[in-house]
Amino acid sequence: MIKVLKAGFYSTIQDQGRFGQREYGVPVSGAMDSYSSEFANKLLGNEAAAAVLEMTMTGVELQFYKSTTIAVTGAEMSPKLNGKPVKMFKSVKVSPNDILSFGGFVSGFRAYLAVKGGFLTKPVLGSRSMAKGITPAVVIQKNDELEIKDFSNRLNTKHVNLVFNTLYAEDDTLEVLKGPEFDKLTKKQQEILFSKEFEVSKHNNRMAYQLLPLFQNNLDSILTAPVLPGTVQLTPSGQLIILMRDCQTTGGYPRVLQLTEKAINKLSQNKAGSYLKMKLSEF
Amino acid sequence: MNYKLRFSQYNERSILVEWPAVVDENMLGDVLNFKEEIKRKYVKLIVEVVSAYNSILIIYAYTIEDVNDRFLDLKRLYLSREINIEVKPKTYKIPVCYEDEYAMDLETYADEKKQSKSAVIRLHTETIYTVFFIGFLPGFLYLGGLDSRLHLDRKITPNLNVKKGAVGIGGKQTGIYPQDSPGGWHIIGNSPVELFNPKHSPPCFINAGDRIQFYAISVSEYHDLKNEIALSNFDSKTLLIHD
Repeated sequence: MIKVLKAGFYSTIQDQGRFGQREYGVPVSGAMDSYSSEFANKLLGNEAAAAVLEMTMTGVELQFYKSTTIAVTGAEMSPKLNGKPVKMFKSVKVSPNDILSFGGFVSGFRAYLAVKGGFLTKPVLGSRSMAKGITPAVVIQKNDELEIKDFSNRLNTKHVNLVFNTLYAEDDTLEVLKGPEFDKLTKKQQEILFSKEFEVSKHNNRMAYQLLPLFQNNLDSILTAPVLPGTVQLTPSGQLIILMRDCQTTGGYPRVLQLTEKAINKLSQNKAGSYLKMKLSEF
Repeated sequence: MNYKLRFSQYNERSILVEWPAVVDENMLGDVLNFKEEIKRKYVKLIVEVVSAYNSILIIYAYTIEDVNDRFLDLKRLYLSREINIEVKPKTYKIPVCYEDEYAMDLETYADEKKQSKSAVIRLHTETIYTVFFIGFLPGFLYLGGLDSRLHLDRKITPNLNVKKGAVGIGGKQTGIYPQDSPGGWHIIGNSPVELFNPKHSPPCFINAGDRIQFYAISVSEYHDLKNEIALSNFDSKTLLIHD
């Protein structure tokens, strides 16, 4: 078991998401930065679907009551074990009573903590990803007790030699594909989309990232149609909205662009005030 | 009949199929029919299929390398599809309490429509609505068929906390909020029925293609049903209208 001493700004349990339920309006959810979360699992030899802890902007403080190994990936938030800095992107042994804490954040926006065997919260509709209206809790809270497996009898940890590609989030370019309504934009508008820099607004969360400034347009709304994480909607008032992992399943705004999976991961590591460019990519 | 479909790649792993941009019940039958056919034929290749008024999104389990081959497969499947697949729509009667304490906007709404409250309730309960799809929120039904005499633009200032079960009218649509949520619709009643329950699999007992009809209940009937549902003594089958 792990006890939560500090919950951080917005910390959730996430796996790869909830599949097969979208026809009932259930968001897919899952780790915002799937590259980092899956890397953390790989370091521990976990299956890709193991649930991890996603931390946003500030980290958690946890006390372990079991022996296990852990790995921290994603945003650099100065992780410490019993007050001493620990390496990210490496598996680290943890013993009962150890305290894992995080300091100030240096770069990125979302960090991931994986534990061997994954977090064992109760799955709902086939997934452990926390989501409003689906799981009993939407975020983890102080004094929560999170179930994990005990690995005290199996100390022969394999040394996994994996190199984390930190470059994936370093540049400011999002690779995008044409959305279903892209061709309704004028040539001029299309050019502006790919030449201008956009700023991440303070309205950014697991459901959507809004961009600044407004993008003048006169596109009509569409008959409500399916959307996916990464879909870029354009509202009549000119708001560019990039849907993220907890987004609704359908929407009525024109879908002008679609982020690649890589670009969704990259955007997840950006916060309000970041500047980004969009670059058209082909399938 | 065969509709002219448009196929396009949506992202690395999904394909969008679009029908003409109209809201039409006959076309809905075709959309759902094709959706079921895809689910049956591609069990191992796809993760899921999402449908809306005039489109379906097919999400594959792998990155699509040969999209033109996939398009051809889908076109062939569409043209050879079996029309009489067992997509039997069901009809449910959904209880709604239209009394004041559950209908915060009914009076102002009726005034704006220059109708009496009872006329609004009668018009709202007379229609049999078609469920086109579920989206927006878990368990939110997109219903077609609202009487044009009940159409009214959304409220200018949205309500920040519409209660779970609230029955509203917004523009040409009517619907039930499956959870507490902000919303701009005029709230004319509340239904005690749980349209979405994450403890059930599937979480919704109503599916796209089904039909529903509202019927008015009193405050005490509302409380009785609410209690029954809370105690899990309630079987949604009792809401089925048999032909």
